[in-house]
Amino acid sequence: MTRWPMALLILLLAACGQPQGVRFHENTDPADLAEWGVLHRDGTQLQLAEGVIPYELATPLFTDHASKLRTIWMPPGKAAAYNPATALEFPVGTILSKTFYYPLDEQGRAIATHGPAELRGNALDVRHVRLIETRLLVRRETGWVALPYVWNPDGTAARLKRIGGVEKLTLAPGVAGPGGDFAYVIPSSTQCGACHVPDAATKALAPIGPTARSLNIPSPFISGHPNQLHLLADGGQLSGLPASPPANAVWTKSAQPLEARARAYLDVNCGHCHSATGPARTSGLHLDAATPLSHDLGLCKPPVAAGQGTGDRQFDIVPGQPERSILIFRMQSLKPNEMMPEIGRTTAHAQGIALISSWIAAMKGSCTVER
Amino acid sequence: MNNRHPGLMPVLLAALLAACGQQQPQATKGERPVAASEQAVETLLEQLVAAKPGDVIRIPAGIYSLDRSLSLSSPGVTIRGAGMDQTILSFKGQIAGAEGLLVTGGNFLIEDLAIEDSKGDALKVNGVENVIIRRVRTEWTNGPDTANGAYGIYPVQAKNVLIDGSVAIGASDAGIYVGQSRDVVVKNSRAEFNVAGIEIENTVNADVFDNVATNNTGGILVFNMPNLPMAGHSTRVFRNRIFANNTRNFGAKGTAVASVPAGSGVVINSNDLVEIFDNDISDNATANVIVSSYFSTGYMTKEGVATSFDPWPQGIHVHGNRFTGGGDSPGTVELKALKTLKFGLNGRLPDILWDGFANPKPPAGTPPVLCVNNPPAQVLNADGPNKFKNPALSTTHDCSLPPLPAAVVNTSWADTPAK
Repeated sequence: MTRWPMALLILLLAACGQPQGVRFHENTDPADLAEWGVLHRDGTQLQLAEGVIPYELATPLFTDHASKLRTIWMPPGKAAAYNPATALEFPVGTILSKTFYYPLDEQGRAIATHGPAELRGNALDVRHVRLIETRLLVRRETGWVALPYVWNPDGTAARLKRIGGVEKLTLAPGVAGPGGDFAYVIPSSTQCGACHVPDAATKALAPIGPTARSLNIPSPFISGHPNQLHLLADGGQLSGLPASPPANAVWTKSAQPLEARARAYLDVNCGHCHSATGPARTSGLHLDAATPLSHDLGLCKPPVAAGQGTGDRQFDIVPGQPERSILIFRMQSLKPNEMMPEIGRTTAHAQGIALISSWIAAMKGSCTVER
Repeated sequence: MNNRHPGLMPVLLAALLAACGQQQPQATKGERPVAASEQAVETLLEQLVAAKPGDVIRIPAGIYSLDRSLSLSSPGVTIRGAGMDQTILSFKGQIAGAEGLLVTGGNFLIEDLAIEDSKGDALKVNGVENVIIRRVRTEWTNGPDTANGAYGIYPVQAKNVLIDGSVAIGASDAGIYVGQSRDVVVKNSRAEFNVAGIEIENTVNADVFDNVATNNTGGILVFNMPNLPMAGHSTRVFRNRIFANNTRNFGAKGTAVASVPAGSGVVINSNDLVEIFDNDISDNATANVIVSSYFSTGYMTKEGVATSFDPWPQGIHVHGNRFTGGGDSPGTVELKALKTLKFGLNGRLPDILWDGFANPKPPAGTPPVLCVNNPPAQVLNADGPNKFKNPALSTTHDCSLPPLPAAVVNTSWADTPAK
């Protein structure tokens, strides 16, 4: 072998390794996540491209204790429009990304965390991290498209895998309890719609996380921790922001009212399906932020089509009695036919269950059966 | 279809076996196909996620072992197997997902395959217009078990739905369950060893005919549940064979069907305008027909039920059915005691059991609760409003109701799949 071709190869590889910024693909779905240019694997770092904004939710969705890195990218000069109820209305050309990963302990076991991704200088240190998947939601002219990319075991590249998959992982003992083996299930691209179709009538795919109420917290990523909504508005990337937008509670902040934390948790973990228009509207149980405490929210409500998901209990919420409430049973269960949410977890979220249990335990009243 | 009663012989056989006290689900006939390759399974997964209007996904014969739910979101897709005993989607090893197959795209046609042993519902079709499900089998192969999935064939909030020539076995709730839908036909199908064989719930304009419902806890149910966006009415149940639905209730407590006593033929709960005629209904050990209100379910609370909910059945019309046997071994302690007290140790409850609840202040134009033109069938009023103190034969049902119009299901869309 001569030295020339080798030198050329190194040059080419180096060229490939250069961040080139975000590229929006209007008509094709690149097989390699890197083609979008949003995230760039650079040595030991997963680097955010120029103009890519990391964000955090006040109370996030539980996904088997995975850590998550969420980002927004909008075309230069474009802005999202404020909406009081749904996700912000992002412009055509927007790319939202959500990367699921686990920090690893010395034995290679996944460490359960909650809280924002630990970014340094707009990059995630991935030396002791198992990158699992990066889900993109891209806003094309024709609407939103969901693209699931699955990382290779080295975390050097992520390939489009529409059929999803299963990763066998081991959870380290810690905040999540004793830990142990579990199956992390990567949803298929059609399953994205199980959560991301907030209106079953239009069937249109849409973002569900970045609502004003979920974004209405200080940014953990930017120095000085400006409010995330103000940050977008001040940067010309959010229009119509009112003076006092709604705010979800932070579920871990015990100084905030129990009711508000419980409702924020239900809103984000359940309300995207369990709303008057979402996929679980057929149950008559609505757990989104807008639903008042009533039978619509489960109070003394008999289930409609729960099957074994009742856990032999009669009502969704029995005031004062979490141990008799179907809601708690379904959060605790690990069986596919009983558990809620239906997808997105194969483990239980003990802290979330404790929060909702406390909320129900503090409720006054009872369910009086008339005969 | 030239065979209007698929599997009639095995049904008869199963009935005979049941009569001998050996309630075994009917084993699948003939040889099972061989396992499909991992490649074939992967191909199916790829086809489902890539599906677009006009696609026909053909699934060759074989047993496809799946560990997660399948889902289809594109409208205008046909899924076609090689026969309900030839193409088998098996979810025995399922680790995730609340269904076998979840469909959210309209103009959906599925035929000639089986979905077995899903952890949750077998086939759920949510929120679409134009659905044809024909010659599809959903089965839990271990027989009745509370751990089985809830529903076999389960369209919900759908419009224009045809279920034809299908088979549902072993669901821990309902074998064929149509909820919150409009314009529905369920025909030529067989439901066996489910808690509810065929259930029509909160649905408007449904025809259920030429079906066989046997060995379920309850054969054919027409229910209304509270707190849902639509109340059901106008269901016709006719020309069905509904016999020996005497399997113990293995539903989870807290479900609507958990209140159904073993031995129920046709059960109406809180629904309005239901016409039950020209059926052969026999040997259902509690009663061949039960007409009941939401008060009898044990779920009625002031706090948990929307005030708009109408808990009373109204306009139930029973005529021209052929009743034989049944009522001889009611499925609850209370009903057993009632039978012995009123009709003797060797007697039987009448063909029609009514819980006795009626709206004390019916709005103008409310039809009578129950009209029966079905001699010699009698009605027992269980006297529910007085805590079941004085059950007695009821003679107030000699009224007539106009026939309900046929449910109209348009299937012409299937001739030219949507592009």
